[in-house]
Amino acid sequence: MDSSLLEVSVKDGRLALAAGGAWTADHANDLERLVEAAIQRSAQATAVNIDMGRVERLDTFGAWLLERLVRGFTAAGRETKVVDLPEHYRELVAEAQHVNRADISPVRQPLLTTLLAAMRRGELALGHDFLQFVQMLGAVSVAGARCLMRPWTFRFTSTIHQFDRVGLRAVPIIVLITLLLGGIIAQQGLFHFRRFGIEIYVIDMVGILVLRELGVVMVSMMVAGRSASSYTAELGSMKMREEIDALRTMGFDPMEILILPRVVALVLALPALALIGAITALFGAFLVCWLSAGMSPEIFLARLRDAISVDDFIVGMVKAPFIALMIGIVASVEGLSVEGSAESLGLHTTASVVKSIFLVVVLDGLFAVFFAAVGM
Amino acid sequence: MAAAGNEAVISVRDLVVGFGEAIVLNGVALDVLRGEILGFVGASGVGKSVLMRTIIGLLPRRAGRVAVFGIDLDGLNEDARRALERRWGVLFQQGALFSSLTVRQNVQFPMREHLRLSRRLMDEIAAAKLEMVGLTPDVGDKYPAELSGGMIKRVALARALALDPEIVFLDEPTSGLDPIGAGEFDLLIKTLQHTLGLTVFMVTHDLDSLHSVCDRIAVLADCKVITAGPMAAMLASDHPWVKAYFRGKRSRANGPAGTA
Repeated sequence: MDSSLLEVSVKDGRLALAAGGAWTADHANDLERLVEAAIQRSAQATAVNIDMGRVERLDTFGAWLLERLVRGFTAAGRETKVVDLPEHYRELVAEAQHVNRADISPVRQPLLTTLLAAMRRGELALGHDFLQFVQMLGAVSVAGARCLMRPWTFRFTSTIHQFDRVGLRAVPIIVLITLLLGGIIAQQGLFHFRRFGIEIYVIDMVGILVLRELGVVMVSMMVAGRSASSYTAELGSMKMREEIDALRTMGFDPMEILILPRVVALVLALPALALIGAITALFGAFLVCWLSAGMSPEIFLARLRDAISVDDFIVGMVKAPFIALMIGIVASVEGLSVEGSAESLGLHTTASVVKSIFLVVVLDGLFAVFFAAVGM
Repeated sequence: MAAAGNEAVISVRDLVVGFGEAIVLNGVALDVLRGEILGFVGASGVGKSVLMRTIIGLLPRRAGRVAVFGIDLDGLNEDARRALERRWGVLFQQGALFSSLTVRQNVQFPMREHLRLSRRLMDEIAAAKLEMVGLTPDVGDKYPAELSGGMIKRVALARALALDPEIVFLDEPTSGLDPIGAGEFDLLIKTLQHTLGLTVFMVTHDLDSLHSVCDRIAVLADCKVITAGPMAAMLASDHPWVKAYFRGKRSRANGPAGTA
């Protein structure tokens, strides 16, 4: 620590401080310590002299620390004088005398209050989420109904563009994942069924699982991860840049222009992707059965035809548009909830994906109950 | 008020900058002298911000030399680069405040990066900087999304000045400010030039700023700096664009009306 910056001595009952060197930001840390140490010595004298004659450079950090020194002594009731301050620093030092006069310390709440408040906010957030979902569903339905009555107002081009993005461009990744998935399930099944000599029933297992559950659920989760995040990020960025406000002020309805096309595109795309996914998964299973267990295509197809029924197919496909609607609504709600910061965008995009994936499974469960009750 | 015989803290020679096929700056030469406030003008979209960004190294150049404090910006290693950046502050046109941090954290950001200071001192200095740019200290806890346009500019200036830099680059600092606010801003710049010996490179359209605060003015037109000099030289110029800019319908009818 460079103590030549501030040298303290006692002379005739006065505290004599000699400042020198560079009172700048680079030395601010050392200066602060010296200043605090000097203030501690205020008891040793009745008056204080601060000689700034040897100071080579002074910036706002130095000016403030000088002010802090003066205020420290004045607060201790010591008469303080600053002498020999170079002419060109006077303005800066005068500036520093005006600042930090108001008390800016934040009010601290007791920990229990903070915790309870956070819990209550969490509680309210759940109800709030549900309410937002229902509101958006209503708004989109109203916009949809309006478009049905006046078909020329429907943003067809936009819908096709979104369909391309969430449907067509998702095909390669969906095909890849479901192919592997079908193969993995078949392979696991073969491994265990071999022990009982009932490998042929792997086809039953794969057929029913893929068509009723896994095909749709896996594809929905992938679409949720891919498209929910993209919808939320887009809408969120637009909200941050006031583009949605601009639309409103021009007399357009953001529901009709932005959200309806996205939701419709998703509702059309997801069943198509689910179908493609199911077929590919079965194909993947077939490949494994053929290469690993030596089942010929004829056997596979014959067994498959016996194992699955139209009901299985319908059960799977019926879920798809509802799940798509849910994903679209959740993504739009989160997108429009984004506030002004980059952090908020990240948070809501994450929330959108997590909520969508979670609700996919919840909806799947509800449908399972429904179909069981209906006897499908 | 720049003292005579000053060295050039920023020196640009034969600068060529372009995007794809479009050349925006073609052979720009410019000197910014120590301790002066240089106003940089040109038509909208002609490349003023591009020049500023190229000088600070945000945009690549196709040809030419840029030297700040006599140091060529090419081939600087990371430490040298950081040491150089410590000596200048930048005010971007839209403020460019960090949206996830409070105002106080924004102003303290350069301090945390380059200095090691106690929490108390950083809070005090941040409050002092905010007061110096005309804001009340309670603004410190707000987030940029909660601020008005004028406040954002001031906070951005406070952040640009956080480390008491030697050069400050201002990109249209008074655009969007009311006349009183703009006047106070000009006065603040002038005061800082005087008390801290600050060199200011100011891209601006504000004729009042140009008249009252700038020591010299440089004009960018036709991809080059066509003229540079004090306001008197601008008013006396025969170049059609310069005439239209400084003596056109919106200019002050009576020329420079005294200094700040």
